[in-house]
Amino acid sequence: MLLDDKSVYLMRLGDNALVLSQRLSEWCGKGPAFEEDMALTNIALDLIGQARMWLSYAGEVEGRGRDEDALAFRRDSHEFTNLLLVEQPNGDYAQTLVRQFFFDAWHQLVLEALRRSSDDRIADIAAKAIKEVAYHLRRSSDLVVRLGDGSAESRRRMQDAVDELWMFTGEMFNADETEELLGAQGLACDPSTLMDAWLAMVSEVFAEATLELPAGEWMQKGGKQGRHGEHLGLLLAEMQFLQRAYPGATW
Amino acid sequence: MGDLRERNERVWGWLADVPDPEIPVISIVDLGIVREVNWHDEPAGAVCEVVITPTYSGCPATEVIGRSIEEALRERGVERVRLQSRIAPAWTTDWLTSEGRRKLQEYGIAPPARRADGRQVIDISGLRRHTADDAPAACPHCGSANTEPISRHGSTPCKALHRCLDCLEPFDYFKCH
Repeated sequence: MLLDDKSVYLMRLGDNALVLSQRLSEWCGKGPAFEEDMALTNIALDLIGQARMWLSYAGEVEGRGRDEDALAFRRDSHEFTNLLLVEQPNGDYAQTLVRQFFFDAWHQLVLEALRRSSDDRIADIAAKAIKEVAYHLRRSSDLVVRLGDGSAESRRRMQDAVDELWMFTGEMFNADETEELLGAQGLACDPSTLMDAWLAMVSEVFAEATLELPAGEWMQKGGKQGRHGEHLGLLLAEMQFLQRAYPGATW
Repeated sequence: MGDLRERNERVWGWLADVPDPEIPVISIVDLGIVREVNWHDEPAGAVCEVVITPTYSGCPATEVIGRSIEEALRERGVERVRLQSRIAPAWTTDWLTSEGRRKLQEYGIAPPARRADGRQVIDISGLRRHTADDAPAACPHCGSANTEPISRHGSTPCKALHRCLDCLEPFDYFKCH
């Protein structure tokens, strides 16, 4: 591996937050209700703040002089290591919401584990972020119930979104060498240990939402290793345009 | 500039006049984001170090606050100011001063109703119960406890929108965090 494991791991955390934040910000001004518009943009703001903390630290650990901006705006899609789940397009509101719920439930478990990291700075960032993420999860789980156990139309859309996004959830729990190594050192969290808790949480919310857990076991993977779908490139094209066209521009 | 304690007290007093850019009715000291004031003797002269902590990770006010602190201290003759940002322990609404809570209330923003300590540990079973978990104690306009939430998110990351069912006025609630 070219880069050291710790910076690779920190970059993953930062990329998840950054890419999902960018996706959510696409809803700005277009939310289905004013309250939802504010919610999504506020969550995007929390995530961008978290992305900055992780990416700044990743850049420092990497030691190649790249700061948070260089990492966000000057890497191409194969260098991004976010989960495939977070780069999926917004789709209809059900897809945005189910994507958020799957991620929030996982994110909260990861941060809970990272609060006990042997690395003080990782533990501090996790302790800061988890307060925000707990609020995200409370909102997304509540909305999954309201729309799942809602009208026939809202339930159908929610179930479609669940069925469509399910194949992107497996990757969240696939530990690779980096995660196994850092997990064993107590520095990071081995995500395979979170699977049962996540599934229990999702099952409980789905039961209340009258939604069904998909039976499909085939899962997509590769995001953490930089193998992404076409969607990420388009997202980055928009997000990085200014710094690509006018490198180093500030205002 | 007098002894250390005097100097520190003076700086804290000046910082207590720096308004929060998004809720100008309270100061950054009321908000609990100024954690420490330290002086360092350096060859080029004494440096005043102000340690601040962000409220929410992505709060855009954080950078404005840093500039306001530098300005406020320079205006009063402190030439060398250093800002230090510290995220641990994470900011909590438990650090709002009682003065800050009173000012929020008078301004029409309901202050956090309870201590935030430990709230980040969540259990999402019993979702219904959690939905109304964090609610204001009373409407800041008429004092009625009969209120309902409108939106979990408001005009800034730290607030939610509620409405009074007696005087019918909507109002901001400063969330427990």
